[in-house]
Amino acid sequence: MDDSIETNIARRNVLKTGALAATATAVPLGAIAQTPNAGTAATPAVPASAPVTSKVKLRVNGKQHELTVDTRTSLLDVLRENLHLTGTKKGCDQGQCGACTVILDGRRINSCLSLAIMHDGSEVTTIEGLGQPGKLHPMQAAFVKHDGYQCGYCTPGQICSAVSVLDEIRKGVPSHVTADLNQKPLLSIDEIRERMSGNICRCGAYSNIVDAITEVAGGKA
Amino acid sequence: MRAFTYQRVSTPAEAAQAAERTPGSRFIAGGTNLLDLMKLEIETPTHLIDVNHLGLDKIEATPQGGLRIGAHVLNVDLASDARIRRDYAVLSRALLAGASAQLRNKATTAGNLLQRTRCPYFYDTAQPCNKRVLGSGCSAIGGYNRNHAIVGHSEACIATHPSDMAVAMQLLDASVETVRGNGAMRTIPIADFYRLPGTTPHIENTLAAGELITAVTLPRPLGGRHFYRKVRDRASYAFALVSVAAVVQPDGSGRVALGGVAHKPWRVPGAEASMPNGANAVVERLLAGAKPTADNAFKVTLVQRTLESVLAEAKKG
Repeated sequence: MDDSIETNIARRNVLKTGALAATATAVPLGAIAQTPNAGTAATPAVPASAPVTSKVKLRVNGKQHELTVDTRTSLLDVLRENLHLTGTKKGCDQGQCGACTVILDGRRINSCLSLAIMHDGSEVTTIEGLGQPGKLHPMQAAFVKHDGYQCGYCTPGQICSAVSVLDEIRKGVPSHVTADLNQKPLLSIDEIRERMSGNICRCGAYSNIVDAITEVAGGKA
Repeated sequence: MRAFTYQRVSTPAEAAQAAERTPGSRFIAGGTNLLDLMKLEIETPTHLIDVNHLGLDKIEATPQGGLRIGAHVLNVDLASDARIRRDYAVLSRALLAGASAQLRNKATTAGNLLQRTRCPYFYDTAQPCNKRVLGSGCSAIGGYNRNHAIVGHSEACIATHPSDMAVAMQLLDASVETVRGNGAMRTIPIADFYRLPGTTPHIENTLAAGELITAVTLPRPLGGRHFYRKVRDRASYAFALVSVAAVVQPDGSGRVALGGVAHKPWRVPGAEASMPNGANAVVERLLAGAKPTADNAFKVTLVQRTLESVLAEAKKG
């Protein structure tokens, strides 16, 4: 373990020289300091450190990848920028909208709030891994059938979430609206709505989304 | 985001040692709050110590009849645990009232305790904030403060603690177990874990630099009926305006803690003796000395009515 940190720090120091030279011209430090009233509240203008890279192995939609990425890279950016799986969307990039939802080791997460390098050896399923044109996942087909979108930007996240919702109910994970914590949660509209609250749809397709999920769950839409 | 080096460690002591000898380091577990703050450069660690592989992900019975919750048990797993649901339902309810399913699938027990305020001025690096830059001033005082503290705050800071889970932990008299780089372990009662802002709002708890949380322990179950009533601007996925955690016994006695009203989960054990006398009597002592702003004075009434509603439901049996 210590070896990797020593190596990283050493590499960082090597890179720093070059980066500092670059920032000296790129960042107008003097200009920031002279901005009226900015000095008290703003984070002090310190030159950015040089990037650090690290290796990560990820299994995405059944396919193994080995990548070298900047330590700062989110799982979302690796999926979109390195692996070109652009189905997963960047909405707020702050964990507030759910557009970046993917299934990591069997659980849905916000891929924007997760560092890729922290998931070495993990298995990721994105919207591309759930189904493809001509061979749609039942949840994808239901969203199409029920018009569970308008602009479609939030849809991949909605669908990854929806697939996980049914899995979580099946496994007995309770929710805020589960009436009796000691019983298995019911598959109700209230449960679906509460469990989908981490996925925002600015077009407001919510009622159709609930219809789609209900149909896949086996209920009457 | 500033560049940082990254390290995985395999034991708690190794993590604490790494933190002590690496200036500018932070532990990272779920990362759902830290990474957000790093993107905005509110947090600017130069080294991250990944503590996800320490084996601190189990919930075990203690010899005292309680439970020991590993620091990195996920919020979803804690809320779903059959023993928590049966014997500490207020904790399960508080967890489920917080965040979204995606975040609960990533956020950990220790990380939840340590999450930082969502005061908009803390998040806006263009504005003065004593919690972010000590001495720069508090923009919330005299600013937008509808959702800020009504009790226990200072002239330096009126931010609230955002956690729901921590309110239940406070109610249950949980303890926080830690380890230092030299291997020294200690147990901090949660009543002594959080600090009021005073003149040092940037220091939010009593952990020493580099001290790592390893577990949170719960004493024996309290019995009684458990409630976590969270009032917020929308029905789901929002921080509390106020929240009321309560355990009520058949004779009307019990405990109560509040979220959304102070810099830490708010509990005044002396106020709980009044529980059989109803909400007004409790709130009079619980919020004694409250100094709300013009915009958040509604919280005093909201606490009173929310507790009243909880106590009425408890009576229904």
